[in-house]
Amino acid sequence: MAAIETRDTVAALGEKYKYGFVTDIEMEKAPKGLSEDTVRYISAKKSEPDWMLEWRLGAYARWKEMTEPDWARVHYQKIDYQDSYYYAAPKNTPLKQSLDEVDPKLLETYAKEQMLLAGVAVDAVFDSVSVATTFKAKLEEAGVIFCPISEAIRDHADLVRKYLGTVVPVTDNFFATLNSAVFSDGTFVYVPKGVRCPMELSTYFRINASETGQFERTLIVADEGSYVSYLEGCTAPKRDENQLHAAVVELIALEGAEIKYSTVQNWYPGDENGVGGIYNFVTKRGDCRGARSKISWTQVETGSAITWKYPSCILRGDDSVGEFYSIAIANHFQQADTGTKMIHLGKNTRSRIVSKGISAGRAQNTYRGLVSVHPKAKNARNYTQCDSLLIGKECGAHTVPYIESRNPSARIEHEATTSKIAEDQLFYCLQRGIPQEEAVALIVNGFCKEVLQQLPMEFAVEAQKLVGISLEGSVG
Amino acid sequence: MLEIKDLHAAVDGKEILKGLTLSVGAGEVHAIMGPNGSGKSTLSYVLAGRAGYEITGGSVRYKGEDLAALSADQRAAKGVFLAMQYPVEIPGVTTLTFLKTALNAQRRARGEADIDAVGVLRLVRAKAASLRVSEEMLKRALNVGFSGGEKKRLEILQMSLFEPSLAILDETDSGLDIDALKLVAGGVNALRSPERAMLVITHYQRLLDYIVPDRVHVLSGGRIIKEGGKELALELEAKGYAQIVKDAA
Repeated sequence: MAAIETRDTVAALGEKYKYGFVTDIEMEKAPKGLSEDTVRYISAKKSEPDWMLEWRLGAYARWKEMTEPDWARVHYQKIDYQDSYYYAAPKNTPLKQSLDEVDPKLLETYAKEQMLLAGVAVDAVFDSVSVATTFKAKLEEAGVIFCPISEAIRDHADLVRKYLGTVVPVTDNFFATLNSAVFSDGTFVYVPKGVRCPMELSTYFRINASETGQFERTLIVADEGSYVSYLEGCTAPKRDENQLHAAVVELIALEGAEIKYSTVQNWYPGDENGVGGIYNFVTKRGDCRGARSKISWTQVETGSAITWKYPSCILRGDDSVGEFYSIAIANHFQQADTGTKMIHLGKNTRSRIVSKGISAGRAQNTYRGLVSVHPKAKNARNYTQCDSLLIGKECGAHTVPYIESRNPSARIEHEATTSKIAEDQLFYCLQRGIPQEEAVALIVNGFCKEVLQQLPMEFAVEAQKLVGISLEGSVG
Repeated sequence: MLEIKDLHAAVDGKEILKGLTLSVGAGEVHAIMGPNGSGKSTLSYVLAGRAGYEITGGSVRYKGEDLAALSADQRAAKGVFLAMQYPVEIPGVTTLTFLKTALNAQRRARGEADIDAVGVLRLVRAKAASLRVSEEMLKRALNVGFSGGEKKRLEILQMSLFEPSLAILDETDSGLDIDALKLVAGGVNALRSPERAMLVITHYQRLLDYIVPDRVHVLSGGRIIKEGGKELALELEAKGYAQIVKDAA
């Protein structure tokens, strides 16, 4: 059993990636490879209703006809989709209502991540299943639904059917379609009319098993006048092979609602020589469906061998607002192609993009963004700021903005800078007694400040540390 | 405190210091004066350990220790401070955060415990008032948008916070009007102590009216060509560098 490895063996392989441990737990897996049977297996495991199985099979049929996109500025060996497991679950883990009931080994895993923070409701997804959701009772009091999507498909079918696939259609793109066929678990959130969710919601994703893809699905619906702040964290063990992570996240904000979605992504990035690491091919999209709604994406991307990710906003409602704040760090041989799309459909819609890309080692970091103003989007406004920071001589930073305006009243601003950590800045820090690696972390955190400020307080501190850790060894 | 013997140093393979000898004892303030290009800034960078400033001959001993064997941050933790001619901007890092990071890094290197944010703020406040460094300045990004005077005052504030044994002031008077100069000099004078040595590097005599040195050295062509008491600065001012260099030759 590949999944049974001791933590010590893995720890001995290397020190730098502190989440590189494997939790030794017995796993139940679907047979290797992808077929209609795999899809049926997953659906049956989740005791899904027929409509869900049909939906999956439809996606699978479409996926077979599709080809993998190759337009991103990333390079990797072709993925053999038959050489991976599509379902892996810790054995004997029915969903727990409180963390007290969870296998202590799993709990230990989460404690290591320091993701179990007081007062934050957590849904933990371990490989393919959700293993625990906390603070359920308190949330229920407020009328907030926060549960694994597998559970929502059974217990809140009307809501799921109404919204699933309405932001990211089944046929949206190769990876999203694959996800639609084989997604195993994820999170469902529904905040009722006028409710301000009483606490931060958080999902913690971990890929533990080897040769396993993770395909989670997240659906968040904020009904009229409601507010919710949601954070996801991701880690994976160190492994020499590349593992695929192809998630889909859909956000829907109705009239006057606001969704704040924050990500701290620290999937295993591969080693110093570019061996191993997660392929992170993710589709995230929010729909500001109602007037005066707001969706704000904040992401700190430090992990993954390859990141292919464009959290976007469809600004459908009049006066709706979309925001994208991003830090993407690529070190060693990491490749990141990330950015956003702001689609202005409604009147007086506003969007703001702040992207901070940091490249070190031999990494390549690309910002790719689209700002599109449609004919009816009178008085649309966009402000984009793209800053790139280079550390060392062998890395690259690329900025690819696409701007389309079909309404003459639109105002679109784009600012971009590229800079290096200056020798005089480093010397100044050293002279004041700050060691080199700490100095780099300090300067880079300063560079990223506008984005870090957007994160909920508890996570901002962790993210700052992560920025430092990700760049260790980048200045020689 | 500081013993420099026959120091040779090069930048990009070009020798700038050519046999410099200098000795500064604890409690003393020495001024280094010299024309442009004489090697004044090179001397300060060599002492602070800046990358690219290579010692090619001679020796520098600080408290009996070979300075060349220590990295720049180790030197700082051991009490070497350089107030820079052009303090550097670090966007997004507030001045207070920078002070806290630096102070605690030095303390950690010496095996001392960290001071928390409240403690650092208390320490900084106690020093900031006399240098007219406002709370608002401490909240701004380090040196970003600071005036010339604000930058220099912040350098002296750091000096008073870190309490170095050897303080090197590189052209601290440059870019200051007379009021700012008096303020900065007052800050420096307040830090004179029997345990602390200071090396004041300046082009003009003006600064030495306010920071009165025990010894004055004239640097030219990478060597000390003349030494004397505080009156040497006045002689320089009257005669000009060209004449002194000629006399010494």
